[in-house]
Formats: sequence, C-alpha cells, structure tokens
Amino acid sequence: MAPETLPPRTQDKPRSTMPREVARRRRHGGGRAWHPTLGAGLLPRVLTLLALALMAVAWLVPFGWGVDTSFKSEVDASASGVDWLPDAGFTLEAYRTIFGQGNLPVWAVNSVVIAVCVTALTVAVSAMAAYAFSRTLFRGRRVLFAVIVASIMVPPQILIVPLFRQMLAMNLVDTYAAVILPQVVAPAMVFILKKFFDGIPRELEEAARIDGAGSFRVFWNVVLPLSRPILAAVAIFVFINTWNNFLWPFISTSDPQLMTLPVGLSTVKDSTGLRNAQESAASVLGSLPLLIVFMLFQRRIVKSVATTGLGGQ
Amino acid sequence: MTPRPPRTTGWLFATPFLVFFGLFLVVPLGIGLWMSFTDASLTGAGGSTFVGLDNFTEALGDGQVWQTLGNTVWFTVLSTVPLVALALVMALLVYTGMPGQWLWRLSFFASHLLPVAVVYQIWNMLYQPDRGMLNGLLDLVGIDGIGWLTDEKYAMWSLALVTLWWTVGFNFLLYLAALQAIPDHLYEAAALDGAGAWRRLWSVTLPQLRRTTGLITVLQVMASLKVFDQIYLLTRGGPDGTTRPILEYIYDTGFTNYRLGYASAISYVFFGVIIILSLAQLKIFSRRED
Repeated sequence: MAPETLPPRTQDKPRSTMPREVARRRRHGGGRAWHPTLGAGLLPRVLTLLALALMAVAWLVPFGWGVDTSFKSEVDASASGVDWLPDAGFTLEAYRTIFGQGNLPVWAVNSVVIAVCVTALTVAVSAMAAYAFSRTLFRGRRVLFAVIVASIMVPPQILIVPLFRQMLAMNLVDTYAAVILPQVVAPAMVFILKKFFDGIPRELEEAARIDGAGSFRVFWNVVLPLSRPILAAVAIFVFINTWNNFLWPFISTSDPQLMTLPVGLSTVKDSTGLRNAQESAASVLGSLPLLIVFMLFQRRIVKSVATTGLGGQ
Repeated sequence: MTPRPPRTTGWLFATPFLVFFGLFLVVPLGIGLWMSFTDASLTGAGGSTFVGLDNFTEALGDGQVWQTLGNTVWFTVLSTVPLVALALVMALLVYTGMPGQWLWRLSFFASHLLPVAVVYQIWNMLYQPDRGMLNGLLDLVGIDGIGWLTDEKYAMWSLALVTLWWTVGFNFLLYLAALQAIPDHLYEAAALDGAGAWRRLWSVTLPQLRRTTGLITVLQVMASLKVFDQIYLLTRGGPDGTTRPILEYIYDTGFTNYRLGYASAISYVFFGVIIILSLAQLKIFSRRED
C-alpha cells in the first residue's frame, strides 16, 4: 500500500472522538491479537525491551549520579569518577550543611509564589481574552487576534534589554512584580484556549442566556466548567515553564532574597567542584518538588504537554 | 432570537490581557526598536542620542555578531537532529506497549522538569576532566580522557548532548500523543493487505507522523536558536568564544558593557534571522504536505 493512498486521519474521523477511542482500546486490551508496529513472536519484544532498558538507564544515570553524590562526604564527592560507593560511606552531612546556611528555603518559597502567581494570572487573562475572541463581537476583533497570533513569533529573549530598561523606569527592578508581570503575556495560550472555546456548542450558552444569565455568568458557569481539561493543560504548561524559567528572573533580580530556585542555585555555583556534595544536595532538593508533582499526576501532565506543546495545532 | 451580548462585553473580557500584552510585549518591542537607533547606555549617563543606522552598520561589520550567530546555527543543527530523531525512536519503542509504561515515560521526560542549574550541576560533574564520570568510563576501556567542555573540538558537541538529555522528553511526549492518535482502521486495512509489522511501520505509522515531525522540527529549531541558559552556565561561551551563542553576546553587550542601544540593534538583527528562518521552514513543510 503506497503511503499517498492513505486518507488523512482528520477526514474520516472527528478529532474529538480520538481520546475515547484510545481509552476503549486500552480498556479492552487492544481488541485485536496483534500490535500495529510490533512484530509477532518473542524476538521483537525482547529487542524492544532491551532497547528501552538501555535508554532508560542512560537517561537515569546522570540523575542517579547527582543523588549519589549528594549523600557522599565532600572528600569522596570530589575524588571519585566512577565509584558509586564512597570510601567513607554515605552521609547526610551535605544536606545538614545547606539547611544550616543556605537561602534554599527562601528560593523555594519565591519559586512557588512566582510560579503560582504567573500561572493564575496567565490562565485568568488568557481565558477571558480567548472568550472575547471566540464568542463576542467587537470592532477590531479580527485584526487584534491576528496581531496576537503573529506575536507568538516574537522570542521573549529579544525583549530582555528593553524590558529591563522599562523596569528601571518603572522602578520595579528587584521586586516580585518585575519577575511576574512580563511572564504573564502568553499569546500562544490565548490561541489554544480560543480554539477550544470555538468547539463548545453555542446552544448551551444560549440556553443560559434565555434564563437571564449575563456574559460573565455564562463565562463562569457554562464555559469554564466545560473547559476544565484545557484549562488544566494550560496551567500545567505555564507552571512548568515558569518554575524553570532562567533568563528573565536572572536579569530582573539581584537580591538573593528575591531569587527563584534556578537563579539562586546557579549563583552559588563553585566551578572547582570542591563542594560537589553540597551542590548536589541543593540540586536534589531544588528538583524534588516538580518531580514529585510529576510522579503523582503523570497522566495529566503528559496530556497537558501533548495538547499545548504544539500550540494547539 | 436569543439575546446577544452587547459590544462592550468583548472589550471588557479582552482588556486585562491586552493591558499585559501592550505593556510587556508591544511597548518593549517599541522601546527596543527606538533604542536600536540610539546610543542608550545602562549607566544612563548623558541620556541617549539618536545615531541613525550606526548600530546596525556596526553590527553588520562586527565579527562577534557573525561568529556568535554562526555558533548558534551550528548548535541548532547539532541539537535539532538528535532531538527529533531520538524522540521518535523513544516514542516508537514506548508505543509498543511494553510493560513499565510509567517507568519509561518517567525516565525520558523527568529530566525536562529539572531547573537549568541542576542540569549544570550534574553535567559539570560528569564532564570534569580529571574526576568526571565520562572520562572515568573512557579510562576503563583504555581511551585517554578528553576535555569535554574545554576542548574546542568537543565543547559544542558536549553542549548538544546535555541539551539532548535535558529536553528530548518533551518531543518524545509529542510523538507519543501523535502515535496514539493514528486510527486503528489504517493498520487493520494494511494488515488485510498482508502488511507485516515492519511494513506497517514504514507505510502507515511514519507517513501519518509527517505533519507532527514538521511541527516538532520547526518548534525545535526555534527553541535551539534561543539557546542561552545551559551554555552560559557550563562554558560561559568558551573555550575562546567557540560556543558563545548570540543571546549571550546580546546579554554581554547590554548588561556587562552597558551598551543597551547596540544590544537592542543586535536583538533586532537576530529577530530578523528568526523570522526569515521560520518563514523558510513553514514554506518547506507546507510544500511537503501537498
């Protein structure tokens, strides 16, 4: 069968039924005896499993090394290249030291505050704007939306110089506001949400309107509850990106009391490697929150990345 | 007729976003453009005077602009190819439904959740010339250790490797979702025609992923062109400027040398390059889809 003769999947099947289809296939264990891309017999399975295991090990070893080092004494941490078991045995020394002196808790709190604020603000203003573009008529709507979509192309990184100048002028350098406010602009999220809102049947809204609900009630009581999956997807996506954002928080803060985890951790780096254990311990603590969240909500997060990652295409 | 919302409602809903959009995207874009025609300085001494196209002519003749732009493109090539190819391989392997789905997804995607400072800490240890694990492993098989981050021959490759480890999980998830969306009946039809698993992979799966591959490649190129964090932390652009990306040059010009006007001009040159490259890519991929 030549590839060109295959019908594109969107033609014969509406996209929205896809997840249900996949879910049903999963529940019933496939529904057919064979796998689409995996050959029959034992050999393909063994080879696949072997390849997966090899790659998983390659991907996990750097992690493991970081964790391993964090439980070593400084002497062992800076001595050995390939020794997983330290001569002096494992110790909590590094963790004790950084808890005693570091700014780590402060940075963690800053990261949480900033990521939560950016996420909440972004979801709120983007959803409202998306509703306006999807469901209301106003002069200039089309042009404005085209400008917003075009602005997805503007890399935030080229704005850092003028933004910093602007923050100086607004007297905001070294404040939470300077870190948070510029990160709230997410035109791609408006685009994704508008696309989703466009797919919500208008009948539901009109029924509410006949019952006398105003626009805000319709938005709040009808549209938002129906959009929970996409709102969650956008929120997760924005949260992860904000949590790990480096360049802007790095430029807009110089006060250690206001730094986020990525910025704070990178300012205390010691390139000689003489404090490998302490810095590994700080790294472990710094990455733990998001990793735990991921392990708890893996399915949700995977879905979020899949729906927002391509900009809703 | 059902009642329609009044026309002011739209503005009311759009305004909060438009305020942010205006203040933190349109205004800085404008300020940047204005500054690129002035000699604005971070010290603010003497204000800024209009210098016409001086910054742009300086940028075009500035060897550093071309070198850092070249470095950025080289990094983009080195990182994009494996970041797309390996992500596809990972997704195809996980899609086989082998036991341990949760573990595979965790292994390949979790590194994407690490802050860059953690990535730096881990890889700086692995890459250390005398005590690092990678040279230790080379030593075990009898090969002399190399200067992963200090040798001009290897530094950019090492940075691409870190980037692959750090971010491949994102593309992997995009591919996995695309694989799961391929409808069963295509495979069933192919099987009826007598296609085996290998044949179905080549004739159904890969053609169905063409659009996804195009999108992932475009997004990856854009992301790689904007590289800064991991290079800044791991090599500061060294050895001898051979890994310095253009964003680091912009940062150094603006925040170390205080030349905001010139830094803005370079930003706009870079923006122009990005726009040209993305339009070119869109053209290539939309033609291929016909």
